[in-house]
Amino acid sequence: MVTRDDYRIDEKPTWCSGCGDYGILNALTYALVEHAIAPHELMIVTGIGCGSKLPQYMRVNGMHTLHGRPWPVAQGAKLANHAMRVVIVHGDGDGYGEGLGHFVHAVRRNPGITELVQNNLIYGLTKGQFSPTSEKGWKTSTSPEGSTEAPTQPLALAITHGATFVGRGYPGELKHLRWLIGEALEHPGYALVDILQPCVTFNKPRAYDYYGERVYKLEDEEGYDPGNRTAAWERAQEWGDRIPIGVFYRATPGPTFEALDPVLKEGPPLVKRPLEKLTSAQVESLLAELQ
Amino acid sequence: MIANDITVRIGGEAGMGLESSGAGFAKALVRGGLHIFGVPDFYSRIRGGHNFFTLRAAHDPLYSIADPVHLLLALDMETIRRHISDIVPGGAVVFDSKDALPNDLQRDDVLFIPAALTQLARDIGGLELMRNTLALGIAAGLLEFDLSTMEGIIRDNFARKGEEVVTSNLNVIRAGAELAAPYRADYPFRLHAVPDAPQRIMLNGTQAFSMGALAGGCRFVSGYPMTPGSPVLVWFAQNGAHYGAVAKHVEDEISAINMAIGAAVMGARTLVPTSGGGYALMVEATGFAGMSETPVVIYNAQRPGPATGLPTRTLQADLLFMLHAAQDEFPRMILAPGTLEEAFHLGWQAFNMAERYQTPVMVLSDQYLADAFRSLEADALDFDAVALDRGALLTNADLDALTERYKRYQITKSGISPRALPGHPNAIWVTESNEHDEYPRIVESAQNRSDQHSKRMRKAVPMAEDVPAPTWYGPEDAPLTLVCWGSTYGPAREAVDRLNAQEAGAANLLHFSGLEPFPPTAEAELRKAHKTVVVEGNYTGQMEFLIRARTGISLDGHVRRFDGRPFRPEFILAGLQEA
Repeated sequence: MVTRDDYRIDEKPTWCSGCGDYGILNALTYALVEHAIAPHELMIVTGIGCGSKLPQYMRVNGMHTLHGRPWPVAQGAKLANHAMRVVIVHGDGDGYGEGLGHFVHAVRRNPGITELVQNNLIYGLTKGQFSPTSEKGWKTSTSPEGSTEAPTQPLALAITHGATFVGRGYPGELKHLRWLIGEALEHPGYALVDILQPCVTFNKPRAYDYYGERVYKLEDEEGYDPGNRTAAWERAQEWGDRIPIGVFYRATPGPTFEALDPVLKEGPPLVKRPLEKLTSAQVESLLAELQ
Repeated sequence: MIANDITVRIGGEAGMGLESSGAGFAKALVRGGLHIFGVPDFYSRIRGGHNFFTLRAAHDPLYSIADPVHLLLALDMETIRRHISDIVPGGAVVFDSKDALPNDLQRDDVLFIPAALTQLARDIGGLELMRNTLALGIAAGLLEFDLSTMEGIIRDNFARKGEEVVTSNLNVIRAGAELAAPYRADYPFRLHAVPDAPQRIMLNGTQAFSMGALAGGCRFVSGYPMTPGSPVLVWFAQNGAHYGAVAKHVEDEISAINMAIGAAVMGARTLVPTSGGGYALMVEATGFAGMSETPVVIYNAQRPGPATGLPTRTLQADLLFMLHAAQDEFPRMILAPGTLEEAFHLGWQAFNMAERYQTPVMVLSDQYLADAFRSLEADALDFDAVALDRGALLTNADLDALTERYKRYQITKSGISPRALPGHPNAIWVTESNEHDEYPRIVESAQNRSDQHSKRMRKAVPMAEDVPAPTWYGPEDAPLTLVCWGSTYGPAREAVDRLNAQEAGAANLLHFSGLEPFPPTAEAELRKAHKTVVVEGNYTGQMEFLIRARTGISLDGHVRRFDGRPFRPEFILAGLQEA
């Protein structure tokens, strides 16, 4: 049996008091325990930013990589050992800025990976510059007159590129977030959960007070069908007086990136296969091409 | 009559099928018992331009092409215009009689053979494209090379396209051979098949390195197409699955190397093939591999830059770039094969080095080595010599017995920390990009930084003992020593041979295939030399700089080339006059 103690480590996060990342860490740990995933069966791959230090605050395998690069690292890990659960965790500056290309390419490959985004609409670790998800007009140290850019639409982008599980969570609704992460972990293909992460230090106007008044659950919305891709794409861009959380879109995924690979579709994971010298028959077949 | 060391060149526009024709002819010569050296010279375009394939054949092993051409197969007038001056007196030019030969391209000492290449190809074979085959038939007829060997290659190459295609190609090549017959008396060069020669193989540097890598346990290749590095990616995409190697063409080079790092942490032996411009995008992640102590093999087939440069041409100008790529310092190994045999051996050894020292290993090839074909004895690629050494890798039994928290970055005397693969309940850790302590936790103390940084850098000490030492070729104690690295070995070796043929004991060669850590024996070897001349393919003399930096030795002269064309023995010999 997997317990919360399995994930416990004596390490104090560097996050501010009240940071949404605590709730995300908490919800993730609960979901892992609920779904009986043990720390050694899991690899959490993160980018660089406050939230990306998350694997340091759990007892878990992790790869704390480079800003914007967790997707390729995670896909390489999954291809090398597809028996391992792989979860990507990153922030909005990291993923929707520096890594936006990797994000789209990962989505369209459908790797068996769960992605959780700590989306606080700001750069926290570098002290409050506007991010790719900041609203137009947002004033920060690098946008003193207000950002002139339209925010990225990661959920719509994921739906457009064939994602079959697209959701949004909020640490202020912790139980819902736990459930949502669990659903994503059980999805047999690529799953995205974007999380409204209050940054109480550098983005006070988009913290608990703001979201508390606006957030609503799609699961409670009468007539909302998460199987309707077009409706999901439209709902994914709703932002303002009402901000939806929950599962926007869910469909049965096709085979995963790793399952489609000719080497990996059958047999044990790549790294579980013995690493041996080529046999004489293999050498002969290589040399036959050269004669 | 001269029947040894003959060079045939076939030239035309891109899209005429020159590379496959040249390779087919080369293979026929090898099956006929001759040694060959073949080099494609192509423009970076799909149609038009001027491409040519140079094929040199001899009774003894060849290490380079040479300047003189004995037979030019010109599929267009541009080919004659560009190469007429390279033809030896008595040599021949085969050209398409549909084009008039301008007066300014004529030479009295060259035999011009007009042939209705296009028309006959269409009439006999049904396809204009078969004019190459017709030209090769003429070449075989003129050189008296065994036609049945040529026919065997055609059967092998076209079998999967059906009997009809095979038959029309055979008809075309036979027609070519017949067409040549009346000219043979006026042409003094021959390439006779060697009876009872052993069966040999023919390959290029791409194939040699790829096979070495596969033999060395490479099971994960991720890359993005960039000439001339992508042929390794293509080789693995086409052959890898058969041998259990995953090959992925991904969105960009940044993704390629990060994917390889992810797979390597999990325990796969990983390779990223690219060229210099692609490597520029991999610089960031090279540092991540250095910091996280992740084994990864980076293959750079160099081409001229900067930026897009000359995509299909050759250079040796990425040495100092690779040596210093990424911020701060970490140990890395740089290997630069000079021959196909070295490309194979360093190919498998690179993976052992990467895992032994848990750090990036770079293999510097170039377009010339990657694309040039050579014949080798059938057993020249010594697969038996391959040994797989995974370094300080902890087994499941080791991990079962672990009673304390696993330290991925444990401080050790050698700097090498025992490495676990993720998945064992007793070894749970985070691969860290931040500075970290032994477990690792993110720690910023000055003491910890010094300890961990020193630990990483200490690995360079055993690495230096493991890096290939420079090797000598030629007579000891010669008055002149050529110094080279990477693919310049071949032409430099032949230049040395020619100098010694003129005057016994005149010159030798010191070749570097290991460049970082700088081989500790290099200084002593260099001090044995009298006059030293560095031959290398860049403007500033990067190897010369490196030797001076590492040993304090100033070399006496240099021959450099940076026009994107490979060194030839003649170029080196001419350069030595000024060096």
